[in-house]
Amino acid sequence: MASIAHELAKNQKEISVSEFFEKNKQILGFDSLTRALITSVKETVDNSLDACEDASILPEILVKIEKMDNTEYKLTEEDNGPGIVKAQVPNVFARLLYGSRFHTRAQRRGQQGIGVSAVVMYSQLTTGKAATVRSKISDEDTAYECDLILDTKKNRPERLREDRVIWDREHGTSIQVHLKGKYMGGKQSVFEYLKGTAIVNPHAKITFVPPEGVPIVFERASDQVPPPTKPVMPHPEGVELGELLSMAKYTESLKMTSFLSSEFSRISNRVAKEVCELAGVPPEQRPTKLTLEQAGAVLEAMKKVRIMAPETDCLSPIGETLIRKGLKNVLGDVKAEFYAPPITREPKVFAGNPFIVEVGIVYGGELSKEEPVQILRFANRVPLMYQQGACATTQAIENVDWRRYGLEQRGGHGIPFGPAIIMVHLASTKIPFTSESKEAVANIPEIKEEIELALKACARRLKTHLNKAEKKSKAKVKFEIVQDIIPMIAEKSAKIVGKPVPELSGTITKIMNVVWIDDEVSYEKKRHHVLVRIYNYTPKSQGFHLHMVVPFDKIDPKSLELQPLEVRDGNKVTWDIKRVSSTEEFQLKFDLTGLSQEEYGENEVYVSGIDAASVIGVDVLPGDWDLEHLKITGELPVDEGAAAEEGEEEDVDYDEGAEVIKDEE
Amino acid sequence: MKNSERHQNAVDKLTGIAQEVYDQLDGGKIPKMMIPLRTKSNIRFDSKAAVWKYGKAMGARSAKKLTGAQMLLRTMYMLEFIEDMIKDSKSSTLREMYYISEGWPKAKFSAQDESNMLAEDLEIITGCMREDFKLRPEEDGARVMGNITIQETDRKGKKKKINCRDDVGDSGYGVPYNVEKEKIEFVDSDADFIIAIETGGMFDRLVENKFDEDAHAVVVHLKGQPARSTRRFIKRLNEEMKLPVVTFTDGDPWSFRIHASIAYGAIKTAHISEYLATPTAEFVGITASDILNYELPTDKLNDKDIQALNAEKTDPRFKDEFWKHEIDLMLEIGKKAEQQALAKYGLDYVTDTYLPEKLGQLGILK
Ligand SMILES: Nc1ncnc2c1ncn2[C@@H]1O[C@H](COP(=O)(O)OP(=O)(O)OP(=O)(O)O)[C@@H](O)[C@H]1O
Ligand SMILES: [Mg+2]
Repeated sequence: MASIAHELAKNQKEISVSEFFEKNKQILGFDSLTRALITSVKETVDNSLDACEDASILPEILVKIEKMDNTEYKLTEEDNGPGIVKAQVPNVFARLLYGSRFHTRAQRRGQQGIGVSAVVMYSQLTTGKAATVRSKISDEDTAYECDLILDTKKNRPERLREDRVIWDREHGTSIQVHLKGKYMGGKQSVFEYLKGTAIVNPHAKITFVPPEGVPIVFERASDQVPPPTKPVMPHPEGVELGELLSMAKYTESLKMTSFLSSEFSRISNRVAKEVCELAGVPPEQRPTKLTLEQAGAVLEAMKKVRIMAPETDCLSPIGETLIRKGLKNVLGDVKAEFYAPPITREPKVFAGNPFIVEVGIVYGGELSKEEPVQILRFANRVPLMYQQGACATTQAIENVDWRRYGLEQRGGHGIPFGPAIIMVHLASTKIPFTSESKEAVANIPEIKEEIELALKACARRLKTHLNKAEKKSKAKVKFEIVQDIIPMIAEKSAKIVGKPVPELSGTITKIMNVVWIDDEVSYEKKRHHVLVRIYNYTPKSQGFHLHMVVPFDKIDPKSLELQPLEVRDGNKVTWDIKRVSSTEEFQLKFDLTGLSQEEYGENEVYVSGIDAASVIGVDVLPGDWDLEHLKITGELPVDEGAAAEEGEEEDVDYDEGAEVIKDEE
Repeated sequence: MKNSERHQNAVDKLTGIAQEVYDQLDGGKIPKMMIPLRTKSNIRFDSKAAVWKYGKAMGARSAKKLTGAQMLLRTMYMLEFIEDMIKDSKSSTLREMYYISEGWPKAKFSAQDESNMLAEDLEIITGCMREDFKLRPEEDGARVMGNITIQETDRKGKKKKINCRDDVGDSGYGVPYNVEKEKIEFVDSDADFIIAIETGGMFDRLVENKFDEDAHAVVVHLKGQPARSTRRFIKRLNEEMKLPVVTFTDGDPWSFRIHASIAYGAIKTAHISEYLATPTAEFVGITASDILNYELPTDKLNDKDIQALNAEKTDPRFKDEFWKHEIDLMLEIGKKAEQQALAKYGLDYVTDTYLPEKLGQLGILK
């Protein structure tokens, strides 16, 4: 992309900017009235978020859309970012390919230096009106404001008016444009874009004032500004010939060795010398003199020399906790049954660029069971709205056999069906898009593989939950039988025959013949209340060990009645449940303090020292706390209790005969 | 048996069911009830009565599963309800009983079908009839038109003689839900046979064409799948007045089942087939052959029809050559026809041509 940008820059003198714009309308994202409006919001909001992140400011963003006439809208976008110095304002907003991003490799939303100037240009071409920009930096008392148009012949800004105005905020930037557009709802809309933005930027507060109707506020779910990410030099792995040549041409270094060591990451002076030697290029040679053949030799040499993998601290993934927070915060009205703990993978590299994949899954609640799952795609914290089918993310989702993880999928391929939202975030110093409109991630094998691995890892967590839920609901049914229905049958039959109500423990333990363990966690007043109920529905008394994964130092000691037998690694806690008599119940209770609600969502309970088939509700602890193994296989042991009981019962079930006995239609 | 004896017998039998459940609970067992399977694979031909009855295969209703447990609880509620009715000399319709279950925690019926079936289950287990439980159907039975005279005992205990042609309007005599001797007696008849008709339209056609008078027929409207009282009424007429019975229905798989329930016994009520079925009844309804021979207007068989026909191929009641042939033929041509399709040849065609031909073959009309 950077090389394209350079190309475009070189050509700037030859063709007029408006011509360039007209030709590239589609790749710039202005090819339809609806999309033009979304793109304008997107470019301005992306810039605001980038600027706030660079300055470690918690973003507060306003987007306001007013309808002027049939197709003309006024867009106002405001942030509380660091502001832009007066001298730069005209260039930033009214000069194509002017930006601070396209030479650097860093995880940013903006990459090309086209974004907001394209918005100004589009507005000018469709309405003839100037853009109004206001910006204030914290050292100054007043804000700088100006009306700008773009001289389309020279690609230079032209100021129509400038002023200093009082602005009751410390710093920030606002831009106002008039443009032809169409405001619509639906899957591809300004609202959905902002919603997606709010999910992956839980630290931002975004207020949206739509043309009609009430303002919508996406409150912030976190007060942590993502740590600033360092820009990095390109890693030699994956640099292309043209890129190397143009870097050599524009460098300020005077020697090949210093050029290589200062403009590439992971190349030390020593390595640079080695490369030159191998390539047969004099180390002292001026980089500007590098010939095509020499450049080819340098590339070859760089492949042979041992070079460390790219550094990865330049990436800022959202992180598992914040993804969950963001999803919960924005999708709260879905009332999801389950937020699968998100997955943030370790950094990997493609073509010299480090990247990280993150995945989250939201399941159940009011999501539709009959429709394809919703896919939320993000790149460097920016929602991708268009070209879903062409995106590596979508293709990775289609490659996973979701039937194994509890979703429906015809033939084990394609977009699965079911009540789920799948979100995928790709963070990289350079996102490989399929085109300049930055809507679809290109099909890079390394990236696709990582996305698939992340999807599967998260899907396993979903499956574990679904298995658990299914087991629980089976147990609940039996529970209803023995707790409610059997006692009522006993009471009624006793009344009819005129005898005392019989003792039921024999019948009850025969029906259940398990130890049922039910756990729950609730959160109120900054405390998690954890309750594990153990019902012994077997004919004899039972003793076993109960294990939980819980941060032991967060347990309020006053709330804990039964002291654990052992605590390992600070969170692997074992209790000795000595004796629960037949048909008796035992409760293990404690409170956790000092954790946010998200930090402890579901209990992880296991047992040991008891036959797996005679416990419902929890799993048997794998040998030596090998929980990873349990998670990886995800396949829970079959319900052997149920299988055994079906075997012993030879009778045909009278009420479940498949045959219809009615003669009518 | 006298009424009061019958009710006492019912109470004893029902209490026996409760006793059994009680004993199982008291013995620490999982309570269950064994009931003959009410499936087509479990009906057997009873050569003595010449009807189909349940065989020996039994199914269990066990409290181990949720449905079983719920049905057992419902059974207990129902027993109590029936015993209370008998004690208080009350009775209720099946529909009322369904609504009564609204007040049964954890045991509410989800549809009336369910409560009707449970009432039948109790009949099967106790060998009693639902009338003995003081339960009655809410719907009345059929309409009857023809020269027979019956004596009905009305609500006030007064006996009334009714001629089913001269003393009734054009819609005929309405069969009450109770058609036993205490309610209805047959006095006299000048009819040669009974013709049981599926649709109201065809019943009215025969009445308007005075088929009852001209052919000396008793015309009975079945109202689709006939109620118990209708089947019982026909059976009694057949036995006591020695009148042969024919059924005249549409030509589709469902109509074949209507005939089967009259002639062979319905699967659902096979425990009382002896009491409801008329084994000598003959079929004069539309067959697949008729569709071809009479070139009748038809409809295409839908998926459900085809399923039903295929099910009939494994239904022991349809095992004879006649049915095998007609069912296969219908599947082959993929068509069905209504009895009123005969109107293609004019309104009188059914009474002037079709029925005389069919009844002639059977030797009923000369
Ligand atoms: N709201 C803002 N606050 C502070 N600086 C801004 C703001 N908007 C834009 N800028 C600066 O102006 C530059 C140009 O923005 P522009 O959107 O044209 O390009 P970009 O964001 O670098 O790349 P892209 O074309 O991918 O959006 C940015 O790189 C940034 O330095
Ligand atoms: Mg930008």
